[in-house]
Amino acid sequence: MDFSPPRLSLRALAVWRRNFLVWRKLAIPSVLGNLADPMIYLFGLGYGLGSMLPEHLQQLGGVSYIAFLASGTVCASTMNAASFEALYSAFSRMHVQKTWDAILNTPVALDDVILGELLWAGSKATLSGLAILVVITALGFVTSPLALLAIPVIFATGLTFAGLGLIVTSLAPSYDFFMYYFTLFVTPMVLLCGVFFPVEQLPAAMQWFAAALPLSHAVRLVRPLLQGEWPADALLHLATLLGTAAIAFWLALLQSRKRLLK
Amino acid sequence: MATVAAAGGAVLTVAGLRKSYGGNEVVAGIDFSLARGECFGLLGPNGAGKTTTLRCCLGLTTADAGAITLVGEPVPLRARQARMKVGVVPQFDNLDPDFSVAENLQVFGRYFGIGDDETRRRIPALLDFAGLAGKEKARLTTLSGGMKRRLTLARALVNDPELLLLDEPTTGLDPQARHMVWERLKRLLNEGKTILLTTHFMDEAERLCHRLMILDEGRIIAQGAPRELIAAHIEPQVIEVYGEDAPAWAKSEAGKFARRVEVSGETAFCYVGNEETLPLLAHLALRRELRTLQRPASLEDVFLKLTGRELRD
Repeated sequence: MDFSPPRLSLRALAVWRRNFLVWRKLAIPSVLGNLADPMIYLFGLGYGLGSMLPEHLQQLGGVSYIAFLASGTVCASTMNAASFEALYSAFSRMHVQKTWDAILNTPVALDDVILGELLWAGSKATLSGLAILVVITALGFVTSPLALLAIPVIFATGLTFAGLGLIVTSLAPSYDFFMYYFTLFVTPMVLLCGVFFPVEQLPAAMQWFAAALPLSHAVRLVRPLLQGEWPADALLHLATLLGTAAIAFWLALLQSRKRLLK
Repeated sequence: MATVAAAGGAVLTVAGLRKSYGGNEVVAGIDFSLARGECFGLLGPNGAGKTTTLRCCLGLTTADAGAITLVGEPVPLRARQARMKVGVVPQFDNLDPDFSVAENLQVFGRYFGIGDDETRRRIPALLDFAGLAGKEKARLTTLSGGMKRRLTLARALVNDPELLLLDEPTTGLDPQARHMVWERLKRLLNEGKTILLTTHFMDEAERLCHRLMILDEGRIIAQGAPRELIAAHIEPQVIEVYGEDAPAWAKSEAGKFARRVEVSGETAFCYVGNEETLPLLAHLALRRELRTLQRPASLEDVFLKLTGRELRD
C-alpha cells in the first residue's frame, strides 16, 4: 500500500472547475432543492414547536426557538450537502461514469482528484449553508456582523464532512452502502449535536458522546456567531473541524489509492 | 528486442515487466519497444495482461519489476510528466455526459494545463478530424456510439500527444464506424504519431499494425509483423468445412489431405499448403453434404493456433 504523503498540486483546481461547470448548468434548481428541505424543518418546527415554548427561554440563550433552530439548520444543511456530494456524486464520478479514470490518464494524479473533490464538496456545501444564512438574515433572525465569520466556519464544516464522505465513497461497493453512513452517523448527529435543542438537555453520558461528533463543533461555533457572540473555545472547535478534515482526506486518499491504482 | 529502435528513438520501452495480483502473475516478464511513427499491436485473449501492461506504462499501476520509459520519461517516477505527451482512448467510453461535445474537449484540455483560449483554437480541427464538425454544442446523449468513440479519439488528441494508447478502440462499433476509426488512425500514423493498440479484432491488427505481439497468461508467445507471423506460424491456405458430418469427416478423412485440422462445433478447419489445396477441394467436391470455404490464412488463425480455441473468461 502506498502510504506516501499527499502529493498536492494546483491541478486539483481543474477537477474543481469540472464539477463547478456541471453544477453551474443546474445551479438554480440545485440551490432551491437544497434550500427547500431545511426551510420546511425550520418553519415547521420553528413556528410549530417554537410556539409551545415560553419566549426567551434561558436554555436557548435568550433567543426565540426559531432563531435558535436557524443556526443549527445552517450547520446541518452544510453537513448534508457535503455528505451527498462526497458520497453519491463523487461515487458516480468514480465508479459509474468513470470520470476519475478519464482524468487519471492525464497529468492530473489521483491525489489531485481527491483534493479537487474535497474542495468542491466543501464549496458546494458552503453555498448551501450560505443560502440558508441569507434567508434567515432576510427574515431578521441574524443581525450581528459577526455572522460574517460564520462563513469560513461553514466552509470548514463542509470540508470536514466532504473528507469523511470521501472515506466512505472510497470503501463503497455500491450506492446502497451509503445508507449505513447516513443511518449510523449523519442522522445521529442531526439529533444529538445541538441542532434542534441544546446538547445540555441530554443525559451527561450522551453529552460526552455528542461532544465527540464533528457536527457539535460546527454548531458550537456558528450559533454564537449568528447571535452576535464570540464562541467559547473558538480555536479549539475550528482546529477540530480542520484536523478532522485533514485526517479524513488522508484516509480517503490512502483507500482510493488502494482501490484505483492497484 | 531493441532491434527496431535505438533507445533514443524509442517512444516507449518496456523491459522485464512483471505484475502479480495476490500470487497470480498477470504480467510475467515482457519486453517490447515502440519506434517513432509505428503502430504496435498488443493482442491476447481476455486476461492475457494487455490492460495491466497499459496501466503500468501510464504509471497507474506500479509494476513488481521492470523498467519503463514513456516518451523519454522514466515511469512511474515521472509518469505525470510523461502523460503530458500521451493520449489515451480507454476501453469503455468515459466522456462527460453532463457536457456538450466542445465542453468535453475544453475541460479535458484543462487537465493538461492548456489554456481555454488555446483549446478553443484547437477544437474546430479536432472535431473536423473526428467527423464531428458543427457538433460543438451537441449534447452527449444525442451522439451515436461511433460518434462518441470518435469524440474520445479527438479528446485523446487535445494535448497533441506523441504517443496514443488505444485500448480496444473499435469494440462495440458497427462496420461503418470501425472503418472510419481505422481511416482516422491511419491518418494519424501518416502525420507521424506513434500508436500502441490493444484489440480482439485480428483484421484490425492486420490492417493497422506494423508490428504486434501476442500475449497469453502474461507472456509474449509471438511477435513480429502480421505477414511474418502468418508465414512463420501457419500454413498458407485454410479450407473450412461445414456440416453435420464435418467432425466425422475430419476424423476419418481430413488427415489424408491437410497438414493440420482443427474442429470447432460443426466446422473443420483444414490448414494446407498451396499445392495441397486442389486435391482437398477435389475430394470435397464429391462430398455434397459438406459445404466448403477456401481462404488464405489470416492472423486470426495464428492467434487461435497459439492461444487455443477454449473460451477465456
